[in-house]
Amino acid sequence: MSWILLAEQTLNGLQFGVMLFLMAAGLTLIFGVMGLINLAHGSLYMIGAFAAAGTAAATGSFLLALAASLAAAAIAGVVIEVTVIRRLYDRDHLDQVLATFALILILSEGTRWIFGSFPLFLEVPDYLSGTVTLPLGVEYSRYRLSLIVVGLLVALGLFWMIARTRVGIRIRAGENDREMIGALGVDISRLYTLVFALGAALAGLAGALIGAIQSVQVGMGEPVLILAFVVIVIGGIGSIKGAFIGALLIGLTDTLGRFLLPKLFSLFLEPSAASSVGASLASMSIYILMAGVLLVRPRGLFGGT
Amino acid sequence: MTEPVLDVRGLTKSFGGLVASRNISLGLRPGEVHALIGPNGAGKSTLIKQIAGNLRPDSGRVHFDGRDVSDLSTAARARMGMGRTFQISSLAMEYTVLQNAVLGALGHRGDIFRFFNRAMRDSDLLEAAESALEQVGLEEFRSLRTSDLSHGQRRQLEIAVALTLSPKAFLMDEPMAGLGAEGSQRLVGFLDGLRHRAPILLIEHDMDAVFSLADRISVLVYGEIIASGSVEEIRSNADVRAAYLGEEAS
Amino acid sequence: MTRETVLNAGLMTLLLVVPLAAWTFDEPFLITLATRAVIFAIAGIGLNLALGFGGLVSFGHAAFFGLGGYAMGILAHHAQTYTALATWPVAIEGTKSMPVIWLMAIGAGALAALVIGALSLRTKGVYFIMITLAFGQMLYYFAISWSAYGGEDGLSIYVRNGFPGLNTMDPIQFFAICYALLLIVLLSVNRVAQSSFGMMLRAARQSEDRVQAVGQAPFRLYLTAFTISGAITGLAGALFADLNRFVSPTMLSWQTSGEIMIFVILGGVGRVFGPVAGAALFILLEHSLGGSSEYWHIYLGAILLGVVLFARGGLYGFLAGREQADD
Ligand SMILES: Nc1ncnc2c1ncn2[C@@H]1O[C@H](COP(=O)(O)OP(=O)(O)O)[C@@H](O)[C@H]1O
Ligand SMILES: [Mg+2]
Repeated sequence: MSWILLAEQTLNGLQFGVMLFLMAAGLTLIFGVMGLINLAHGSLYMIGAFAAAGTAAATGSFLLALAASLAAAAIAGVVIEVTVIRRLYDRDHLDQVLATFALILILSEGTRWIFGSFPLFLEVPDYLSGTVTLPLGVEYSRYRLSLIVVGLLVALGLFWMIARTRVGIRIRAGENDREMIGALGVDISRLYTLVFALGAALAGLAGALIGAIQSVQVGMGEPVLILAFVVIVIGGIGSIKGAFIGALLIGLTDTLGRFLLPKLFSLFLEPSAASSVGASLASMSIYILMAGVLLVRPRGLFGGT
Repeated sequence: MTEPVLDVRGLTKSFGGLVASRNISLGLRPGEVHALIGPNGAGKSTLIKQIAGNLRPDSGRVHFDGRDVSDLSTAARARMGMGRTFQISSLAMEYTVLQNAVLGALGHRGDIFRFFNRAMRDSDLLEAAESALEQVGLEEFRSLRTSDLSHGQRRQLEIAVALTLSPKAFLMDEPMAGLGAEGSQRLVGFLDGLRHRAPILLIEHDMDAVFSLADRISVLVYGEIIASGSVEEIRSNADVRAAYLGEEAS
Repeated sequence: MTRETVLNAGLMTLLLVVPLAAWTFDEPFLITLATRAVIFAIAGIGLNLALGFGGLVSFGHAAFFGLGGYAMGILAHHAQTYTALATWPVAIEGTKSMPVIWLMAIGAGALAALVIGALSLRTKGVYFIMITLAFGQMLYYFAISWSAYGGEDGLSIYVRNGFPGLNTMDPIQFFAICYALLLIVLLSVNRVAQSSFGMMLRAARQSEDRVQAVGQAPFRLYLTAFTISGAITGLAGALFADLNRFVSPTMLSWQTSGEIMIFVILGGVGRVFGPVAGAALFILLEHSLGGSSEYWHIYLGAILLGVVLFARGGLYGFLAGREQADD
């Protein structure tokens, strides 16, 4: 086995994890502050990707495309929050699941109606394409490396915002005690809309960034959404730190599992069996990881007791 | 001297920096009403939860009916005979009054993994349930949905359900709240008779009720028992007056 | 008779009369639609046992539905290719016999629900929702990557499996089988709801504290309910696969879990006959809206949203009012 290949796969896992974090951060914030489980988060990811693809096609600018993804997802987030989500805060989780599931149906089919069923493609701009040579002679995609950097920067920014800014303080207060924050005279409904829009924008950005690696199509959001759920379940719902650790853990486990497990089984199985058993097991590895974490800590790694 | 039915030794529990129970020991002897009083937030409900097994204490043990039950679940302790009523009623709100009482009888009988019987046509269960409702004076409301009961009636139903368990001790968290003067008086009379079936650990704010019912009173303030003794001793205890009765001034 | 009883009878009659009429007028497609509704109803009744009676919001019931489907697919596949399913430690042959397949599907659903439930029920609330969803996805991806049974493409069988004395390829006869199973499941679940177990389970949904205070542990109730629930949904999965003579990972997908949930919600959560109404309404909507517009999911989403926000009792809540106490 080549170490260079392993290093490359590790970076891929990191890149995947960092993108998952962008999704998971919004989900866990929204749950932590508003107590809402939002299945439609994957739709916001999809909206960001479509907005980016559409803008890139019209203007040719990748940066404008990213800006459009942020804006479109945030605006969609605000609209959804004001019209539907708001009515769900004091409902039980079943209602939240069902209503946001309904939103997925509407948003997915609505997007299909506007853009059609064919996948769109978002081109990686020239200045980010090709590869870079990292220390130890590892060749790695410049774009994927940029994703890691952007993701880490966003994560840092988010940690900073929550720890240091006024909005962050309010968010933390809201997590701890909804009545208290009301008593402090903070306009809760505006705070909620803001948090929702922030989560939406992060999801939209992730959608646009990933959209340039994969195709942009209806239904792209839900697989990522479910992985993000696994992430926040492992990390502990409501914990940004947990989401970060969980995302990296999932990204690495999934990517390295797919890479290493078939090789592992080929040590004692014939090649075709090894690759099929390895692939099956790899596809389940993150869920096995999740089950393992929950056996030891039913509320996740950083969830309260 | 008779063995206490319930014997709490050195219970301590903190929530973060807040010490809700500080090294609490108390006992409940057969036939007695032991009242636990103290201002709001003193830690009374928290103590009951630890005794009943809903909350795990940081340290200390609970002995019940001659056994150390500290490691038993809430359900197991209930099966051993802890009959509990809640401060915030936790009845099956969509069930009728009778159904709630039957539920108690069913839980007590224990054969809950039967899938094709009709619980509400089981004459043993119905008999036990109806008798309990009758004792607390709810029999005429048996077909009412529990969510349609008044707060006072829910308290009575809580007690009726506890009766179906034929408990060895009652743990009652503010059973008089919401009853009104007349209702309280009736309940005092009822509890007075009940103590001969099983002793009662009674948390109550209604001082008249406490003074007329209790054999012993313990006063809990900031998670600590600051005094414990007969009604007379507590009435005249200067610390208690300062810490508690002074504020209540009713 | 209460309004609910009348509604139940009307619903079941309608579900019988429509395919019979279709049979007389030689409209096999309508019979197939009715069969789908009946099978979906069974799946929904399974979920309703956990969701409606136990308050366990499972978003992973596709796992049991799909396992039932694969139980059918795998057994029939081995039977039609004359290969053994297993030779060690015991020899297992495939089969084309429906009753045997049903038992296997029920067993697979129950076993999976027991394992998934034992793990998931350690958690509560939103964790439980996400974990059941995740376990469903786990099986989905497993099925996709497991090439021995068709992987992403799924498994087809040439002829519907057999039932002694009946021609299962005749739509109305297959419908009759499904309808009979629906009746059996309905009557059983109706009894279970009123039994000691059902009474304690429904109480646990309303107040876990209460159940503990009367000396019982909610966990065992939940796990039992979840297991039975998985078994029933597994049976529905086998029937669904038999109806289509095809099983694929789609049956295991999270959308399927969502749809099973929709059957329960449209009909009325916690009402024994609710999923029947919900499944029938779903098929009706799918057919009438799906026919006029390829974007019928928009309407489905809007209707679901409307029900959740404004009509929480579903069809039964709307037509029969709040549930009658059964004493
Ligand atoms: N689960 C908990 N987490 C944190 N603090 C708690 C918890 N339960 C109770 N407390 C705190 O412990 C103290 C005692 O509460 P409680 O036992 O309900 O008082 P009482 O019943 O005497 O009015 C209160 O300050 C309350 O806020
Ligand atoms: Mg209290």
